[in-house]
Amino acid sequence: MNDLAWIDATFASARPKAMAALLRYFRDLDTAEEAFQDACLRALRMWPDKGPPRDPAAWLILVGRNAALDRTRRLKRETVLPPEDQLSELGDAESEMTERLDQADYRDDILRLLFTCCHPELPATQQIALALRIVSGLSVKQIARAFLVNEKAMEQRITRAKARIAAAGIPFDTPGPVERAERLGLVLAMIYLVFNEGYSASGEEIEPRQPLCNEAIRLGRLLLRMFPAEPEVMGLAALMLLQHARSSARFDAGGDIILLEDQDRARWNRPMIAEGLALVDKALRHRRPGAYQLQAAIAALHARATSADETDWRQIDVLYAMLEQITPSPVVTLNRAVAVSKAYGAETALTLVEPLGTSLDGYFNFHGVRGAFLMQLGRNSAARDAFNRAIALARSGAEAAHIRGHLDRLESEAVRQVETVPSP
Amino acid sequence: MLYAILCYAQEDVVGTWSQAEDDACMARLAVIQERLASEGRLGPVARLLPTTAATTLRKGGAEPLIMDGPFAETKEQLLGFYLVDCDALEDAHDVARELTEANPVPGCYEIRPVGIFHAGVAVDPKAVADMAGARSQPG
Repeated sequence: MNDLAWIDATFASARPKAMAALLRYFRDLDTAEEAFQDACLRALRMWPDKGPPRDPAAWLILVGRNAALDRTRRLKRETVLPPEDQLSELGDAESEMTERLDQADYRDDILRLLFTCCHPELPATQQIALALRIVSGLSVKQIARAFLVNEKAMEQRITRAKARIAAAGIPFDTPGPVERAERLGLVLAMIYLVFNEGYSASGEEIEPRQPLCNEAIRLGRLLLRMFPAEPEVMGLAALMLLQHARSSARFDAGGDIILLEDQDRARWNRPMIAEGLALVDKALRHRRPGAYQLQAAIAALHARATSADETDWRQIDVLYAMLEQITPSPVVTLNRAVAVSKAYGAETALTLVEPLGTSLDGYFNFHGVRGAFLMQLGRNSAARDAFNRAIALARSGAEAAHIRGHLDRLESEAVRQVETVPSP
Repeated sequence: MLYAILCYAQEDVVGTWSQAEDDACMARLAVIQERLASEGRLGPVARLLPTTAATTLRKGGAEPLIMDGPFAETKEQLLGFYLVDCDALEDAHDVARELTEANPVPGCYEIRPVGIFHAGVAVDPKAVADMAGARSQPG
């Protein structure tokens, strides 16, 4: 690793804190971004010789703030710029700054920065794009690649999102406990959106989108450092880690999805699983279950099973039942039905699924899962109908291919049956 | 003399590494570890998960209190450690210098002589949920 590599890594890790403080100072996203850019440019000139400052975030905030103020003065043709080399004598100012900006300040700053990106008026895709640009510091080019649009379109999307936020106004008041909890909930949802944008990719989209999973996990850890005793923050971080740990086992060479039960578990990322399990354990101590914790606990049971056969489906059913109570949704019930089918058989699972037909009729997974239950029960003709519905609703080639596999099996079974029928 | 070499760096900087960068660093460190091991000088080595995975038990009250997070919020965090048998302090510093070259991310190595050491039993490395084994090395 050369100088540039560690400096880049330092910028990336300091960015959320620095951007958050600069946003509080300038109350404008563009100014804060420019100030941060200026600070990074100066750091690139200074750090290779002098070594890194003890607190890179504080250094970047201070230098960025000064640079932006200089720019304003220059525009007004007021005072002369201070000589560049004075910037190296930041020792005292830097430590003073660090003392003032303790963890509590950063916490509200970072929450505000993240909350700004998940403004309710912004559609989900704009929230994600903005968070990746502003907080994570991904280039517009990288984000455009992830969203499969060209750079110019993404640039416009981000500009529009910023304009909307500027028009709506950024909340600069220090939030009370209730507001803080509400904002935290929205921020968690936004981070999980970023994660899913990466996680849901398949085929050729995997490579450009996978970084989104890493970014979301970084944001989760960042939030966890700010809110160390919030079980739902632990839950979200754990959920993302446990899901992402499977990433290199989730697709075959052709980019088609490999189902959980068929994955090579030796390819799961063990340190990531260890971290996820640790966070689940920590969260459970608080005895304040929430949707992310429950989903993480379910993922943890999969991670703990050394093979698909050893999965504790009964416990997973219990956790899904709790999740149904906290966030009732037909999709949760559908997932629970899969656990029920493994634990108690397809018959019981089918009774759970049948009432969902009205709400999930347009949902690929509903017909796929229902078809699988019917197939297990030997009701092949009904299963075929369900699979055909599923194929019509498939959102990707991988999904369609998976169902086609089921249909082919039904087909070959039918052929076998015909062949084994004795001729009269 | 047995020395602990405690590795400190900003965990969020290390957290920005891609898997490939992380793997490359681990591979460079593994070279040093293999040499020390072949010289019969390398004791236990551990890479710790981020402090966000930590809990802290505070002693002193009637009932020990368990809190979330590391024992202190610090600019740099303890990321892992080595135990190395060295003839003199100078040798321990040499090892730390070597580690620096393998992993130039800013930070510190604290070199602390060990007072009492029990090797314990040979615990199964798989117990850390790390079946590959090779990735459980400190930065």
